[in-house]
Amino acid sequence: MLRYALRRLAISVLVLFGAATVVFFAMRAVSGDPATAVLGPDADQAAVEALRREYGLDAPLPIQYVQFLRRAVTLDFGESFRLHDAATNLVLTHLSATAALALTAFAIALVLGFALGTLAATRPNGVLDRVVSVLSMLTQSLPTFWVGIMLILVFSRFLHLLPSSGAASPAAMIMPAVTLALPLLSVVLRLVRSGLLDVLHEDYVVTARAKGLSETRVVGWHAMRNMLIPVVTVAGLEFGSLLGGAVIVETVFAWPGVGRLMTDAIAARDYSVVQACVITVAVIFIVINLIVDLLYVRLDPRVRESV
Amino acid sequence: MSDGVPGSAVLGAPVVPTGDGRPDGSDAPPVVVPRRRRRRLRLWIPLGVIAGYLVAGVIGPLIARYDPIATSVADRLLPPGSRMSDGGLALLGTDQVGRDLLPQIMQGARISLLVGAATLLLAGTVGAALGILCGYLGGVVDATVMRLADIQLAFPSILLAVFVAGVLGSSVTNVVLTLSITTWPIFARVARAQTLATRSRDFANAARTLGAGPWHVVRHCVLPAVASPLLVIATVQLGFVIVAEASLSFLSLGIPAGTPSWGTTIANGRDYLASAWWIATLPGLALAVFVVCVGVLGDELRDRSDPNLSTR
Repeated sequence: MLRYALRRLAISVLVLFGAATVVFFAMRAVSGDPATAVLGPDADQAAVEALRREYGLDAPLPIQYVQFLRRAVTLDFGESFRLHDAATNLVLTHLSATAALALTAFAIALVLGFALGTLAATRPNGVLDRVVSVLSMLTQSLPTFWVGIMLILVFSRFLHLLPSSGAASPAAMIMPAVTLALPLLSVVLRLVRSGLLDVLHEDYVVTARAKGLSETRVVGWHAMRNMLIPVVTVAGLEFGSLLGGAVIVETVFAWPGVGRLMTDAIAARDYSVVQACVITVAVIFIVINLIVDLLYVRLDPRVRESV
Repeated sequence: MSDGVPGSAVLGAPVVPTGDGRPDGSDAPPVVVPRRRRRRLRLWIPLGVIAGYLVAGVIGPLIARYDPIATSVADRLLPPGSRMSDGGLALLGTDQVGRDLLPQIMQGARISLLVGAATLLLAGTVGAALGILCGYLGGVVDATVMRLADIQLAFPSILLAVFVAGVLGSSVTNVVLTLSITTWPIFARVARAQTLATRSRDFANAARTLGAGPWHVVRHCVLPAVASPLLVIATVQLGFVIVAEASLSFLSLGIPAGTPSWGTTIANGRDYLASAWWIATLPGLALAVFVVCVGVLGDELRDRSDPNLSTR
């Protein structure tokens, strides 16, 4: 177990290093000169040189790279050209909004996914099952940004029930969270349904029924416990994809989170902020994956023995 | 996953689509016929709809000319079914500068299909080639390439696409490049797994014993086995790729503004939701119907070829 954990940790560090390297070189290889971007195309050559020196952009690339890595370890990604604040600060202030959004979406997806999946599994191929399966197909394949806009159209423009953007009131969270939750909801729902259907034929479920336990207790306790591990694992791994979806949802609903910060920073060629955003998200993503993987091994005795 | 991360075992098995083949026993014989018919419908209806989009995308823009820079103040924000000032019928309404929406949507279909096909071709070829190479050679090549794929898949793909597209700048070629970069590992993994499974099968060994070189074995023994799962994956990915293109264009990181794509039209319409719901709704509907059809087709093809094939 310890060896496995260490190996996974080593891979995670490697992945993170790889991500940081790619981000650094990609940003510098293709995009325009940030000094020119800040000062405008008509800027004085001397001023451009001064700014480049101030931000360390005049050093050779390998040296910049080493500098970048050394600072990144201490969470220092430099200062934003655009917002005149430390990039790390900007990311951290926006992170709470994204976390609130993602966690709410995660909760919605889990609760609704379990409820609908269980309902669908209790009567396979029944009317409800069909409806749920179509619903899951739709939530999985419909483009998130369009679903968000359609929600705004219906609930803000036509019904005037919810605010269309911003994060001023708790009600403003509803639409973005639901939009973000939909793709994950479909994943959870399918897993719960197929997981339950698989175990409902097992002998121990038959035994539980034969003992005269109520159906709620059979499904909700005996069967559920055994399909919980894979569902929770996948749901945990999918939490990372919520962070990806947040980029789009935050733009649609003008939610002040990391995703929006990142798209704005990319548009403005704000190197340090983009780097800080990408690497922060990568760290979160990798840490979650690591924890879920280890938990999975810990929880399932069969897997625990094999590693 | 190549390094046997336990999570993958879970990812693989239960995500099998909602399929019908559930062993719920008793009622099997009477439903056999309608079930088979439904399966046929699930194949042909989406294929028909996709063909319709293809026709609209290829021929549509030839019939209904779309002029990206033409503006007509009198025709601004006309609802669907209105007469335009030049006498033409704006079946789906007009946008904020008075351009007919229908040709715009057909042009969008063209761009989406073009980007989708080009991406799948590029990512599929590169991914399959690398996957077969890794599966066949093993060793350092395998470890390096597959670790790269792992690193990449260890990152939300839309985030990666936003980053790459932002760095590259917006153009049709760059969108194809971006989406190929985010999609190739999926093809590589499937091709590699399939190659590993075929490489040491009896017929491949027999060919080798008879003196066949690696190239011959790959072409005649491995490729036929790799082709059909790759085709299924490509169908499933087509939906993702087209949604990703639309999302990038929506964020104005994809198709440049001069070429109308579904994503950019939807983005334009977002500012006019209160006065003209159709601008954002209709292209999105076109996109949604297309993606759902591709999804149904992909699920169906996957069920037919191999129920255990996962989409990731």
